[in-house]
Amino acid sequence: MARQEKKKDVVIVGLGWTGSIIGMELAQEGLEIVALERGHDQDTVPNFQYPQMIDELKYGVRLGMMQKPRQSTLTIRRNLEESALPYRSLGSFLPGNGVGGAGTHWNGLNWRPMLAEYKLRSHVEQNWGAGIIPEDMQLMDYPVTYEELEPHFARFERVAGISGNAGNINGQIIEGGNPFEAPRSSDYPMPAMPSTYDGAKFAEAAKSLGLHPFARPGGIASTSYVNEYGMQMGPCNHCGFCERYGCYQYSKSSPQTAILDALRKKPNFSYRTGAEVLRVEMAEDGKTATGVTYYDEAAQEEVFQPADLVILAAYQLHNVHLMLLSGIGQPYDPRTGQGVTGKNYAYQMNGGYTLFYENEVFNPFIGTGANGFSIDDYGIGQIDFGTEGFIGGSYISSGQSNGQPIRSMPLPAGTPAWGQGWKDGIKKWYGHSMSIGSHGSHMAYRNNYLDLDPTYKDRHGRPLMRMTFNWHDNEVRMTQFMREKIRPIAEALKPDSMQDAFKKQGQMYDVRPYQTTHNTGGAIMSETPDQGAVNKFSQAWDKHNVFVMGAGNFVQNTQYNPTGLVGGLAYHTAQAIRTQYLSNPRPLV
Amino acid sequence: MKTFLRIIGALIVVCLAALLAFIFVPVQRTAPTEELAADWTPEAGQGEYVMYASDCMACHTAEGGEPFAGGRSILSPMGTIWATNITPDKETGIGNWTLDDFRAALYDGLTPDGRHLYPAMPYENYRKLTEEDVRALYDYFMNEVPAVNNPVEATALSFPFNMRFGIRAWNWIALSDPAGSAYEQSTPQERGRYLVESAGHCGACHSPRNVFMGQDGLTADDANFLKGGEVDGWLAPALMGEGSAAATWPVGEIATYLATGRNSHSTANGEMSMVVEHSLQHLTDEDNLAIAAFLKGEDVGEATLLGTDLALEEAENDHPTTTMLTEAKDLSEGARLYLDNCNACHFVTGKGAPEIFPELAGNSLVTADQTGPLIGIILHGAEVPSTEKRPMRLVMQGYAERLTDEEVAEVASFLRTAWGNDAPAVTAADVAKVRAADSAH
Repeated sequence: MARQEKKKDVVIVGLGWTGSIIGMELAQEGLEIVALERGHDQDTVPNFQYPQMIDELKYGVRLGMMQKPRQSTLTIRRNLEESALPYRSLGSFLPGNGVGGAGTHWNGLNWRPMLAEYKLRSHVEQNWGAGIIPEDMQLMDYPVTYEELEPHFARFERVAGISGNAGNINGQIIEGGNPFEAPRSSDYPMPAMPSTYDGAKFAEAAKSLGLHPFARPGGIASTSYVNEYGMQMGPCNHCGFCERYGCYQYSKSSPQTAILDALRKKPNFSYRTGAEVLRVEMAEDGKTATGVTYYDEAAQEEVFQPADLVILAAYQLHNVHLMLLSGIGQPYDPRTGQGVTGKNYAYQMNGGYTLFYENEVFNPFIGTGANGFSIDDYGIGQIDFGTEGFIGGSYISSGQSNGQPIRSMPLPAGTPAWGQGWKDGIKKWYGHSMSIGSHGSHMAYRNNYLDLDPTYKDRHGRPLMRMTFNWHDNEVRMTQFMREKIRPIAEALKPDSMQDAFKKQGQMYDVRPYQTTHNTGGAIMSETPDQGAVNKFSQAWDKHNVFVMGAGNFVQNTQYNPTGLVGGLAYHTAQAIRTQYLSNPRPLV
Repeated sequence: MKTFLRIIGALIVVCLAALLAFIFVPVQRTAPTEELAADWTPEAGQGEYVMYASDCMACHTAEGGEPFAGGRSILSPMGTIWATNITPDKETGIGNWTLDDFRAALYDGLTPDGRHLYPAMPYENYRKLTEEDVRALYDYFMNEVPAVNNPVEATALSFPFNMRFGIRAWNWIALSDPAGSAYEQSTPQERGRYLVESAGHCGACHSPRNVFMGQDGLTADDANFLKGGEVDGWLAPALMGEGSAAATWPVGEIATYLATGRNSHSTANGEMSMVVEHSLQHLTDEDNLAIAAFLKGEDVGEATLLGTDLALEEAENDHPTTTMLTEAKDLSEGARLYLDNCNACHFVTGKGAPEIFPELAGNSLVTADQTGPLIGIILHGAEVPSTEKRPMRLVMQGYAERLTDEEVAEVASFLRTAWGNDAPAVTAADVAKVRAADSAH
């Protein structure tokens, strides 16, 4: 018999970005709230403090801030015929661990999706007809519009503390910003960061080709900043330890810098760490949840936490896993296309060029995760899908994030990988290269999905989640298109040599090299209950007191880093709960 | 001869009688300074507010203890003084005290049985409280604070400080001003003056001490009032007059510092961070602005506390030190250590960044004669408390593990001469002393 804790109004599963946002917003309603965090507590000092944090071997290579596969993992296969095997060594994506979650170790890149991305299916059908949609692509519209989300994007940008230059304020195009962005009601709360030399060179070349470079927006503070909760950031010193690290400088946007100390002051909010939620418990009628059962690491026992409202705010993979384990939404079946939970798992399609210069010096000791310049000229809304033969787009950028010696030493192809030849290569080329990357959309497909693994179980005896995922021709065509579009920019930059890495037709998904921790879908939002797991307010269609936050809601992945949309949706949900749900708990759609 | 002896004898008798009278004749208690109606009751929250303004919590609550249940040790040059239990517990607290008893403690430093309180209790300042505030505070402690039965260790100072009657003589000097005093509080500056001189007891730290260890200046009429003092090895900087922070910061910035422990220039540390945490953050914006206006000697005008949702650019500084650090060539050991350890936050300008990283250029703590605090912060870091308006707990980490005594001395000495700072060097021996003292704690 599990121990039972005192009932709360709200239980939040996971204390990262979305858990902190919902916690803060609902705490203002006076509700009694508890957040359950699987990992440990962590804060700028002592956990991220200088110089212990800037240890590339410990955090960059040995992934000190990430979840350990022995704690929690999933199985992966590339098609329905393969047997999925456990992801025993982190590679392709890196789910975070501890309070703050991925929000502590991200690069800070923050975007709003392009206008075309909210109603992408309609956009395609209206412009080119449904005929261009590949047979197995499950292209969808978001059930929420940009206009509905706009105030929440703005709010998240102000809370998170984003630096950038607006390109379109209420329809007026602003020089220096992204002219292709959706119209925003206000500028970024902080001016854009200065760029390193590579970014500036890229911007100049892009401009000379008639493209529209703009400073890349991100949650890296360009000035001192105080947000609406009174939380603070200090100006960044460009040390180059963003992704995979916690910021020792209070300069990176994170739950720690933006929300948590303010949340800790709320007497009606508390959180427990070492509390891994095992399942959501359901009422007998099956229409509502009664709370969650978690494993108390300290006491080594299961605990039932009753609550009126259950917020799943863990990482996308964990949210979907909990839904599958708890019977929230019918599990998706690729053979029939029926079911919703686990449907439309998507990812990101990226590629890039590396340019080498014998006589140019790029100071590798400065950088930030959101450094440099981007262009959106080949963004999803700018491309004629009918002519190009794919659906999707990318933003393209240059700007070094770091010069960390173990992983950030690009070498020209053919340089020996070890021994004296390698040493000579490093000596010659360290600080003599720059890169241009494309960061692209990923559509959803019938056979890319998440379900429960039939074989492997975790330490609690629960089936692991199984990911079935592979690349599709549409994305490869998209990324090859980007390869062709970047080449003239790279050539204009006149490197001594250059090389590129873009996915090729027929290439299979490989979990070993790092790609991106932008796992999306599986708990997608939809207009009707038969299409997705949650409604436009991220409320579970079949359990009205369960809300599912995060990138699991994405119907397919956008061309951007997901955090901006995750934050915007979180404030959208928070507002719906505050203004519509609490006074009359019910399905909101 | 006989006459002489008689005179001597008489004198001895007179002296003895005077001494006995000095020891045993009860001290007169100060009467209420204003007659309030018998049925006068404070407004809701008024008593708690006076408590916050008076910072009763800071001394009368032990670390991790129940509020106001006493037991916190206060280190004084005379020995350890144990703060008493001031909850309304009848056995161990002040549950049996009458309003007159309570007032006598605040105004005259007397317990109900006529013993003298040690002046760690700032009755020099509390004696300026108005009768309304005394009544409100009494009402709060009797009716709103939960009684806690918590016997507190009795203060036992060594001879001669255990002779409490000696305080009577001290009081003749310290309490020479009349109690209560009729403060006008109609303008912000007047209100500010009242808060500073009475409840706020700012002078207890920020006024120098005279030869009798009393506050050298209890009101703005006194020359040395708030001209800077020293508390437990920490510099309590001057709050008024030339060179003080109040003279250089605008009213809104001073008020922001009081309410949040941080502003565009500096952050609170040491004792002041506790004052912010337990007292000043709970005051209204009007009162913090009033205090600021009084300290600065100008009207509040349009001044407000710094708001939220705002980006603040850091200040520029083209001093030669800034140029030298930017070029980073042929650096002294101290300058190199600065770049490797401090520059990330405080920058080559030494200007830090508003509300988060304090300025080191022109920072009174950096250039103080007492080097203990500067060394202590480099070794052990500092912490700005979480406050209502700025909930972020800002922590500067310590460098005790990373830097040797010699290195700390180098970097401290560098700071004391950088960007126009002008103070003598710190030695490794100074650092060793602070390190040893802190590890003994």
